[in-house]
Amino acid sequence: GDPHVAAKRADAPFRLAIIGAGPSGFYAAYRVQSKLPTAKIDMYEALPVPFGLVRFGVAPDHPEVKFCINKFDEVARHPNFTFIGNTPIGSDAGHLPFSALLPHYDAILLSYGASEDKKLGIPGEDTLSGIHSARAFVGWYNGLPEHRDLNPDLAGGDGKAAVIGQGNVALDVARILLTSVDELRKTDITEYALEALSRSKIKEVEVVGRRGPMQVAFTIKEVRELMRLPAVGFNPIDETLISQPLQDLPRPQKRLLETVIKGSKQYPDLKNWSLSFYSSPRAFLSSSSAPSKLSHIRFENTAPVEGTNGGKVHGTGVLKDVYASTTFRSIGYKSQPLQGMVEAGVPFDKKQGIVCNSLGRVVKPTESGGVHVPGLYTTGWVRRGPTGIIASTMMDAFDAGDNIVSDWQAGVAFLEHDAVESERAGWEAVKVEHEGRGVRAVHWRDWDRIDGAEKQRGQKLGKEREKFGAVSEMLAAIS
Amino acid sequence: HSELTPPKPGEELHVTFTTKDGHTFTFEVAEGDNLLDIGQAHDLEMEGACGGSCACSTCHVIVEDQEVYDKLEEPDDDENDMLDLAFGLTETYVHPPYLSSILSPLPYLLTLLVITDVGMLMVGCVCRSRLGCQVKMRKDIDGLRVRLPSMTRNMQLSDFK
Ligand SMILES: Cc1cc2nc3c(=O)[nH]c(=O)nc-3n(C[C@H](O)[C@H](O)[C@H](O)COP(=O)(O)OP(=O)(O)OC[C@H]3O[C@@H](n4cnc5c(N)ncnc54)[C@H](O)[C@@H]3O)c2cc1C
Ligand code: FES
Repeated sequence: GDPHVAAKRADAPFRLAIIGAGPSGFYAAYRVQSKLPTAKIDMYEALPVPFGLVRFGVAPDHPEVKFCINKFDEVARHPNFTFIGNTPIGSDAGHLPFSALLPHYDAILLSYGASEDKKLGIPGEDTLSGIHSARAFVGWYNGLPEHRDLNPDLAGGDGKAAVIGQGNVALDVARILLTSVDELRKTDITEYALEALSRSKIKEVEVVGRRGPMQVAFTIKEVRELMRLPAVGFNPIDETLISQPLQDLPRPQKRLLETVIKGSKQYPDLKNWSLSFYSSPRAFLSSSSAPSKLSHIRFENTAPVEGTNGGKVHGTGVLKDVYASTTFRSIGYKSQPLQGMVEAGVPFDKKQGIVCNSLGRVVKPTESGGVHVPGLYTTGWVRRGPTGIIASTMMDAFDAGDNIVSDWQAGVAFLEHDAVESERAGWEAVKVEHEGRGVRAVHWRDWDRIDGAEKQRGQKLGKEREKFGAVSEMLAAIS
Repeated sequence: HSELTPPKPGEELHVTFTTKDGHTFTFEVAEGDNLLDIGQAHDLEMEGACGGSCACSTCHVIVEDQEVYDKLEEPDDDENDMLDLAFGLTETYVHPPYLSSILSPLPYLLTLLVITDVGMLMVGCVCRSRLGCQVKMRKDIDGLRVRLPSMTRNMQLSDFK
């Protein structure tokens, strides 16, 4: 850092653009606000509504998890904070180019999450009906405009659903499929999802993993919720699949495995769920009577690769078919580079699906390790990959916020280091330059109105809120 | 931040917090106050992201004294489930005395790495973690001392895939 620059910065207001209004963006903003209250923060969000996966990911029957939006609301009401919703950063029509932000800020924080999901890449995946991505299904029941018209296949098949993948999202999907509609009715789940779920014939959900019980990615809290569902049984897992004595395992894993070994009562005529292991999907297949509909999934059995403790598996060549007319693919979310971002000098690791960084500082990989790209930072799922709960996202965002502020105070180079004395104009300047683009920015006071309208709609239905399922409806509420 | 009702004169209980950066604060509180509310009322770094409903683990504390820890009611399943998540996020395994003496000359962070990298060592460790929102002050734990855990950045939970 340069001490002269640091001294000058002590009284120049710092301008930060944050891209993405999920928990990582908000928690980072909160941290910057508390350490540098004069900082001016503009938060750009693709949708007219804030909160990212807290609104569109977290399950409707987890209202307490969404409590964090109270904090985000406080952050947004800070006098030096501007929310700019309905403004995707990208290069399509109606988008704001990434490069257009650069001249008007000292720093940019990328917190735009993971907007796609991983695919299996096996035959039938894209051609047969009845195969859904968990991300789309979750988005659908939570009112994400992109997936409102998913129309998942719940009523037409054999009553059995398979979920491929063993993380918490997979268990969310299983729980929503098995919870009674009367319970869900009290939550903020969308009305169209309730309607479709009330017609669902799914009675059995099998959650399938490539590896063994020691490798599951879900956590005990989610398992316990499923175990506690009234009139939903669980088939205990095969204990011999656990290769180590339980008492030697770390506490979280030990408690989790104890729970799935114990299982719960079975309900032959009601609903049940199960976990199966060491099965890798090879093809989705249909029957000759309905050639365009999924009827079964062909799995290859797998076995642990020696010396990897089950961390890696190989196919054994033994195939088996599982009959399930509805399948949810839940093998992970995936981040993509923003359009125009790589061209503007932000390195993206396609393989890991993250912005290249070191502790949240964007870093261009070089032969000798990597150099910090001045003024660019990243946090949340796009920084460390799509794993972790809100608490871990928060810690990550606090780190990013701390690093931004300490770099600023230390006189480290930021965007266009030479021009450090002249104050940047942020959104005020961006707005003028991009007026003709058809961008209709939604600010926090607009969100207040959308929020109010959603709550009002909910009140009529006896629930917390009824979300608007389409961007046009959100915008109509404020026009 | 939340306000607490001050204790009645003569009925003050005491609780001491040690923050991540090693500062120590002692507060006079009333019976029934929970540790999250106390921490927040005094602007300590306790997020309480779920508002005290045992669903986030951001109010995680470590009780300093085993004797006092033993006096607390056992955490229920739900609290233990959240603590299991917190374990992945923060340093919680308080190493037993015989390890402390070996490890104490090492810098703090290094100590953590040693502990976590050799996972087996954790087995013998004493764990005095609680969720602050679930622990209420009572007369018999007057003088309670807790520590806010510092996080390790090297651990990653592979949940929410
Ligand atoms: C199905 C599901 C359930 C979950 N349930 C829980 C739970 O119960 N408890 C828990 O603690 N955690 C849960 N999580 C995890 C939690 O949601 C994440 O840790 C957290 O949301 C990640 O935050 P983020 O800010 O990195 O990303 P996100 O929350 O995804 O936020 C990213 C934001 O960026 C915006 N954006 C994307 N592209 C652009 C663009 N081009 N321009 C502008 N803005 C853009 C998005 O619209 C979004 O608002 C769940 C996750 C999922 C997927
Ligand atoms: S405040 Fe969330 S668990 Fe205590």
